[in-house]
Amino acid sequence: MEERLKELRQEALLSIERAADLKELNDIRVSYLGKKGQITSVLKGMGKLSPEERPKIGALANDVRDAISRAIESRKTVLEEEALQRKLAEETVDVTLPGRPVKVGNRHPLTRIIEEIEDLFVGMGYTVAEGPEVETDYYNFEALNLPKGHPARDMQDSFYITEDILLRTHTSPMQARVMEKNKGKGPVKIIVPGKVYRRDNDDATHSHQFTQIEGLVVDENIRLSDLKGTLEVFAKKIFGEDRKIRLRPSFFPFTEPSVEMDISCKICDSKGCSVCKGTGWIEILGAGMVHPNVLEMSGYDSKKYTGFAFGMGPERIAMLKYGIDDIRHFYTNDIRFLRQFSILE
Amino acid sequence: MLVSYKWLQEYVDLTGVSPDELAEMITRSGIEVDGVTVLNEGMKGLVVGHVLECERHPNADKLSKCLVDIGEEEPVQIICGAPNVAKGQKVIVAKVGAVLPGNFKIKKAKLRGEESRGMICSLQELGVESKLVPKEFADGIFVFPEEDVQVGEDALEKINRDDSVLGLDLTPNRADCMSMIGVAYEVAAILDRDVKLPEPKVKESQEKASDYISVRIEAPEDNPLYVAKVIKNVKIGPSPLWLQGRLMAAGIRPHNNVVDITNYVLLEYGQPLHAFDYDRFGSKEVVIRRAKKGEKLTTLDGVTRDLTEEHLVITNGKEPVALAGVMGGADSEVKSDTTTILLESAYFNGQTVRKASKDHGLRSEASSRFEKGVDPARVREAAERAAELLVKYAGGEVLEGSVEADYLQMEPAVVSVSLEKINRVIGAEITMKEVEDIFKRLRFETVTENDVITVTVPTRRGDISIEEDLIEEVARLYGYDNVPSTLPVGASTPGLLTDYQRKRRAVRRFLEGAGLFQTITYSLTSPAKAGKFAIEAREPVKLAMPMSEDRSVLRMSLIPHLLEVVKYNLARQNDNVAFYEIGAVFLSKGYNVQPEEREHLAGAMTGLVEENLWQGEKKAVDFFVLKGILQGMFALLGLDKRVEYRQAVLEGMHPGRTAEIYLSGEKIGFIGQVHPAVQKEYDLKETYVFELQLEPVLNAKTEPLQYTAVPRYPSITRDIALVVNKETAAGALEKIIIEAGSPLLKEVRVFDLYEGENLAPGKKSIAFSLKYYDPERTLTDEEVEKVHDKVLQEVREKAGAVLRE
Repeated sequence: MEERLKELRQEALLSIERAADLKELNDIRVSYLGKKGQITSVLKGMGKLSPEERPKIGALANDVRDAISRAIESRKTVLEEEALQRKLAEETVDVTLPGRPVKVGNRHPLTRIIEEIEDLFVGMGYTVAEGPEVETDYYNFEALNLPKGHPARDMQDSFYITEDILLRTHTSPMQARVMEKNKGKGPVKIIVPGKVYRRDNDDATHSHQFTQIEGLVVDENIRLSDLKGTLEVFAKKIFGEDRKIRLRPSFFPFTEPSVEMDISCKICDSKGCSVCKGTGWIEILGAGMVHPNVLEMSGYDSKKYTGFAFGMGPERIAMLKYGIDDIRHFYTNDIRFLRQFSILE
Repeated sequence: MLVSYKWLQEYVDLTGVSPDELAEMITRSGIEVDGVTVLNEGMKGLVVGHVLECERHPNADKLSKCLVDIGEEEPVQIICGAPNVAKGQKVIVAKVGAVLPGNFKIKKAKLRGEESRGMICSLQELGVESKLVPKEFADGIFVFPEEDVQVGEDALEKINRDDSVLGLDLTPNRADCMSMIGVAYEVAAILDRDVKLPEPKVKESQEKASDYISVRIEAPEDNPLYVAKVIKNVKIGPSPLWLQGRLMAAGIRPHNNVVDITNYVLLEYGQPLHAFDYDRFGSKEVVIRRAKKGEKLTTLDGVTRDLTEEHLVITNGKEPVALAGVMGGADSEVKSDTTTILLESAYFNGQTVRKASKDHGLRSEASSRFEKGVDPARVREAAERAAELLVKYAGGEVLEGSVEADYLQMEPAVVSVSLEKINRVIGAEITMKEVEDIFKRLRFETVTENDVITVTVPTRRGDISIEEDLIEEVARLYGYDNVPSTLPVGASTPGLLTDYQRKRRAVRRFLEGAGLFQTITYSLTSPAKAGKFAIEAREPVKLAMPMSEDRSVLRMSLIPHLLEVVKYNLARQNDNVAFYEIGAVFLSKGYNVQPEEREHLAGAMTGLVEENLWQGEKKAVDFFVLKGILQGMFALLGLDKRVEYRQAVLEGMHPGRTAEIYLSGEKIGFIGQVHPAVQKEYDLKETYVFELQLEPVLNAKTEPLQYTAVPRYPSITRDIALVVNKETAAGALEKIIIEAGSPLLKEVRVFDLYEGENLAPGKKSIAFSLKYYDPERTLTDEEVEKVHDKVLQEVREKAGAVLRE
């Protein structure tokens, strides 16, 4: 009997070792350890043994059972692991296949520029003022020191609706509107983004509708040097820390002195190229100290208050910044154009 | 204004300053130079040649075979195609080895079997614009006047092409620089050098001008000063080469000596002059007055013009002979047989000239100067200068004296400013010495008393009248580079976006996250499109003078242009697109008042919203895709519970797939599919759109955000499928369910819709999932059952809904 048990152990361990899957393993378990299994049937002959032998055989039978159980458990772990590996292998995906696309749109490049500039100036204590696109002749011209018949009105041929009403030619009318609202008191610190309109035939560099951002600061003791410093902050933030700026005298009826701001050309590193027309400088915006007539007309004492104003074109800024060659792209809204401005910088 | 570098040297010493350097300096201190043109750029090998022989080419009718002396040992044979080439002419020859503009190299050649060693040139071939070439040489080679040149000399130098031209982009305030003398003052101030001005000396004859002509001004406001001179015995002919060269460099075509001289003085002094043929003037009196209604004048360009009382005219006492300051009349034009000149130099009011120039569409060198204001101090001097040149280059004889009518009150502006103010505005520390020095360079007279400098501004600088103008002069010559950079100091101001602006940005980001691209389209549209899709349509706001029908009125809806954008993209194989736009629409409030501007939000979608090609999944846009986006947007703004969608039939929209959108009971817009007929019109496939008034949405007051406890007890969900009539709206059922189930019913969700088999005709089944929850405790089945039964009872009673088996 002892022999037989040892044989069974030998046999069982061998077949456990060879079991190919969990089912076969289970069959082995039933075959050796089950109620009708081989060990049980061997032990049925226990009655024939002598009382001395019984405990000995009983202990051996337990050993054999334990050994087989342990072998089954350990084999089971191995087989389970193998099964898992097989399953995982079957589940393998081609990770190079494209992911499920998340469809997102993005803001228009002009909005992108405008919001960036808004954020910059809001950070410097400005608020964002918005005004009507259809303006009165008074706010569009007269309150800005451009009386009827002024030669500078030629600079911006306008879309009139009636003699007194027109599509605004710049965002500057908000200068007068905001100053009037503040009733002669400072400080005023605003920027005004918005659409403007001029009588131009649409081509690569002209658009009858475009956008502008106006800035205005009025307070006691606002200096030209403050304008220069503010514009420097703007230029470096929008065009890069390494940009240099220069101010050139210019003329606008609503500012005196008036300046234009150039930034150093990034494309050629100021050496002169076709973009900067060989000058190394690119014109970005017009600015100046608010003309005393403008201050006075809007209810500010020009002896006490001074101010600066600037105006820039987001189209021009976007064209320079992103290398866009045709202003009409902004208004054609080709998705292949718009999509390019989804990347954050 | 085109400024010849060589010419400018007559007035200012430019030693050591190249044209490019000069351009940079001028730009930095006030006037933008938008380019420097080197007239002889890249050219060489051009000499004066003498045509010794000229005969027809043996093998070509239109070619000539010439023997030309070019100052070398042997004359050379040159084949020339110009019709005007002739024996004895002095011409411009490009020798073999010469280079013409565009790097065109002249080589030895054979033309129809005849050797040609060089080329006889036209001015165009030297890079002169066709419109500037004197008419007699317009179609052929240029011929030198015999006496002026020697064979073999540098031809470019002879015609003044060895020069650079600075293009000044003048702002309207700097009319003073519309003259060489004005530019000379500016350059002298920049370089701190002297100005040398011409000093006209005229030897007058015994005869008195006043015996020939009288001058009467009847409109002194329009014309405060008129100076007339009479020059006899002029011989009309070409003007000297140097003068023609200078005119061409300045962009003016040479005509004859008299016309050229008036143009030359116009460029030099900025004072427009006009020369009448005295014998054709028609009288011995000049009368300046406003035109009478119905009067006509045929101007030099041959156009007969209708005049009005707003136009100032020069008359001979009977009829107009010139449109003052704009253009002369054809009848009194100087012609080749003219011998006596009536020379006009006058000061005309800018606005009067501007009106006439605008009305007649005539912008001339003269009118643009009058419009911006000429220097009244130069009116007489310019006439003297022209007289001097007419004597010198047209053989004229100047009669004694000028005949004048003078109403001009000419007071130079006197402006004071304190040093303190200068430094306060500029933000620099400039000394009085520096300020005085700047005005000295500008040749402005100054008196300094303590802190205040008083400046007498010459009349040439009409742009300076207030202290800020003086501050600008100081700043620009002090140099903006020398101004420090500071930031405003003073009371700090909170920099914030308004709630409206902040929410509008959030709406943009939400829509972009939902897959929509922002567009910006034009506000101007066609009358046909203006009222289409408008939430509220009125008579469109029209431009007085539109540039085209397509851009003649202001839009009342954003959708027509959005559909154009969709169409544009579809036509370029971009089939699945989604766009939104935020912009103003314009609603008329009557004539001559600003229209109401409403900010609208609109969107358009077409094609697939989901496409995962290799996994084979697709989802095309439908009503509910777009509605879902709006619902999400309203939820973001805390307004979802207040928004209602009501089935509607709207023009241009699919009658069964359109809803009007209401916010708290107010109509704010609509959503739906574009009507198939309209889709066809725009070449679109199924396209869904919405448009909303943004202001009520973003300005709607919402409850302040408050935390509610996160659920601590389990909720109980019951699903029901209700069979109702097809017409019954899901929204109506949902409303009944919510009312019946509250307060325990916390969520209702539609999860299935079924029509067809197993249902009676005219019926549909809608399945709802209902979630019950009590924040205080765990609900029992019995409690839920009670409420749920009430829900079923209410939907049965109010909507005839039965539970689907």
